[in-house]
Amino acid sequence: MDAEILARIQFAFTAGFHFLFPPLSIGLGIILIIMETIYIKTDNIKYKNMTKFWVKVFALTFALGVATGIVLEFEFGTNWAKYSRYVGDVFGSALAAEGIFAFFLESGFLAILVFGWDKVSKRVHYLATILVALGAHLSAVWILVANSWQQTPVGHHIVNGRAEIVDFWQLVFNPSTIDRLTHTIFASWITGAFLVLSIAAYYLIKKRHIDFSILSIKIGLSVAIVASLLQLVTGHSSAQTVAEYQPAKLAAMEAQYETGVGDLYLVGWVDQESQEVYGIKIPGMLSYLIYGDTKTHVMGLNDIPEDERPTKVNIVFQAYHLMVGIGMTLIAISLLGGFFWWRGELAEKRWYLYILLGAVLLPQFANQLGWMTAEIGRQPWIVYGLLKTSDGLSTSVDPGQILFSLIMFIVIYALLFVLFIFLLDRKIKHGPEGVDYSDHLYAKSGSLFADHKIEEAK
Amino acid sequence: MEFLDLNTIWFILIGVLFAGYAILDGFDLGVGALHLFVKDDMDRRIMINSIGPVWDGNEVWLVTGGGALFAAFPNVYAGVFSGLYNALMLLLAVLIFRAVAIEFRSKKESTRWRRSWDTAFSVSSIFIALLMGVALGNVIQGLPVDPAGDIKISLISLLNPYALLVGITTVALFAMHGSIYAYMKTEGALQQQLKGMINPLIIAFVILYVLTTMTTIMYLPHMTDNLKEYPAFFIIALLNALAIANIPREIHRNKPFMAFFSSSASIFALIALFAVGIFPNIIISTLDPASSMTIYTAASSQKTLSIMFTMALIGVPFVIAYTVGIYWVFRGKVKIDSMSY
Repeated sequence: MDAEILARIQFAFTAGFHFLFPPLSIGLGIILIIMETIYIKTDNIKYKNMTKFWVKVFALTFALGVATGIVLEFEFGTNWAKYSRYVGDVFGSALAAEGIFAFFLESGFLAILVFGWDKVSKRVHYLATILVALGAHLSAVWILVANSWQQTPVGHHIVNGRAEIVDFWQLVFNPSTIDRLTHTIFASWITGAFLVLSIAAYYLIKKRHIDFSILSIKIGLSVAIVASLLQLVTGHSSAQTVAEYQPAKLAAMEAQYETGVGDLYLVGWVDQESQEVYGIKIPGMLSYLIYGDTKTHVMGLNDIPEDERPTKVNIVFQAYHLMVGIGMTLIAISLLGGFFWWRGELAEKRWYLYILLGAVLLPQFANQLGWMTAEIGRQPWIVYGLLKTSDGLSTSVDPGQILFSLIMFIVIYALLFVLFIFLLDRKIKHGPEGVDYSDHLYAKSGSLFADHKIEEAK
Repeated sequence: MEFLDLNTIWFILIGVLFAGYAILDGFDLGVGALHLFVKDDMDRRIMINSIGPVWDGNEVWLVTGGGALFAAFPNVYAGVFSGLYNALMLLLAVLIFRAVAIEFRSKKESTRWRRSWDTAFSVSSIFIALLMGVALGNVIQGLPVDPAGDIKISLISLLNPYALLVGITTVALFAMHGSIYAYMKTEGALQQQLKGMINPLIIAFVILYVLTTMTTIMYLPHMTDNLKEYPAFFIIALLNALAIANIPREIHRNKPFMAFFSSSASIFALIALFAVGIFPNIIISTLDPASSMTIYTAASSQKTLSIMFTMALIGVPFVIAYTVGIYWVFRGKVKIDSMSY
């Protein structure tokens, strides 16, 4: 294998693994703010215990995010030296902003969030929680500014073979930043919410920590319903931006080979040789979604020079459709949960609890698939329209070195993943602190009851 | 002042970031290096928890330093990181191992489990310090930078005697720094044991430091050019000597924080001396001086440097204020509770 494909596999693998954790930190960050806000307002100790439990889970995801994040920062230089020289000037400001305004905030106040419960006042701890969550979000802002510039570069000019900044704000608010940022942030909220839903559902299935779990599910569901519905808006808007600025990526997402009316596939399979797509489609729907008219033509792949369009059309197509499918499923699960909450039946629908238990994986899959759509769909460009991926490699690194480091990362990350699951499992088994007296009620009455009855019991 | 252009300011700021990293993660690594010399299980837990709330944040200084290097001097970042590929991959591996060891060490009661993670924690801490010192040693000597800004060098050539000497000196420096930090955070018998380590570690560091300095003056005279031209910088060397000499005095007076402050000041002075020696080069080319990467040839545009400088002016005062605040919250002796490692 040559250096390019090895370097791409290594980056995809290390970025994909890293991308399991920051969405959890961002999503749990929002949920921690909600929980601690309720604690501050009600002064009810059970919300403190609840926040404390989820803080421990947050800290674990954060630690893994930091450990795997450093690798990515180093890899730009180690594996993509020519790319680093090309984009350094443009990325400079975004990276500096991320370091100064996000990293220090997040990691500094994390100490108070996790270890400071007895060392600072309630209000200071609450402030630390807000600042950590803010740091996590700001981190996403700046990294997505940089990545969106790679997708839709503006605000720069080319000097001596590299991109240099001309207009900072134009670069920050490049055409795809807002869509991609909001889409990623809401995806993260969903990811965090479904982790909470899954763990809480596990407790309800095991009939432990009933009060804690029902309250956690309500908070998780609130976030999941809001964020999953908002994804319809940000997803739609993202696709429109892609259509306008990255027509080759849009064409790959729907496997539109010939310019013409755009059809929308619900499911399908792309034969890249014959350029045929087999599947169920809604004729003209893609044109309608993008241009508000079923007749407007969508640019096809064959009208884009062969060396400027993605070749892995089926992968982009499948990744995109699976992501959308999962997104719809998540909306359905969230709304169904809202319905059971309204009926006061959350704790009684065991089949639904089993769905929640497994659904923790769905947002993770959707995140990875969305990322694949964005990055594979951008190929062969590393900076869209400006620099090819093959022109971004390090010249002083041999394929053998990359192969060795790739194997090293696979081994280390496998170990990290096992340890993550081991630690998460321990934290779940240990459970939240404090006495959950609904458990005693359950022990007495022997049945799980509608959650409004728990309210009465107080 | 024409002397202080934006390129020089960023050279200094990146120096400050790496000095911040060396001072903060330096004591984490030092505590790690001494970890196996503490035998009792509870004492070992106290050692780990002395750095518990802060080590993660300290590592962020490295992340930010790397990011700032990428941003301000992209050619250095690209050339050095790709040229020193194997060494950096090794560094990443040990950085991850240390993090994992801290997280997992106390999660099981088993002696074998804890002993394995203790070893992993200590060995990876020593290894990180050694690798950083070796990297510094190679930067002092210069690297084979070609006209395109690429560096081709094998891992074995990086492990040359001078670089290894700087590496071992770094380990001794961090071990000394860590022993003082741990002394400040502990009490009772453990504190007495740590107190006994401080003086031997100071002596070990001073011997290695003198040896490194003499070797540098003899074999790498380019490092002293700036000092000869601007003798005012000798004041840094003097302050450095005073700071080190002040450590045993403060320990004797039972002022551990002042001892820690002195140790931090000496690390800062060492990095300042290195910066003065190398300026205005960042990486000296051993192939052709014309290929050396300087703060002008390797830099981003003036516009980027100035935007970043504005950000630093706004952001850094906050960072310093809340970092000090957070250390203030966790002042005093280590106590083990339900949230501890």
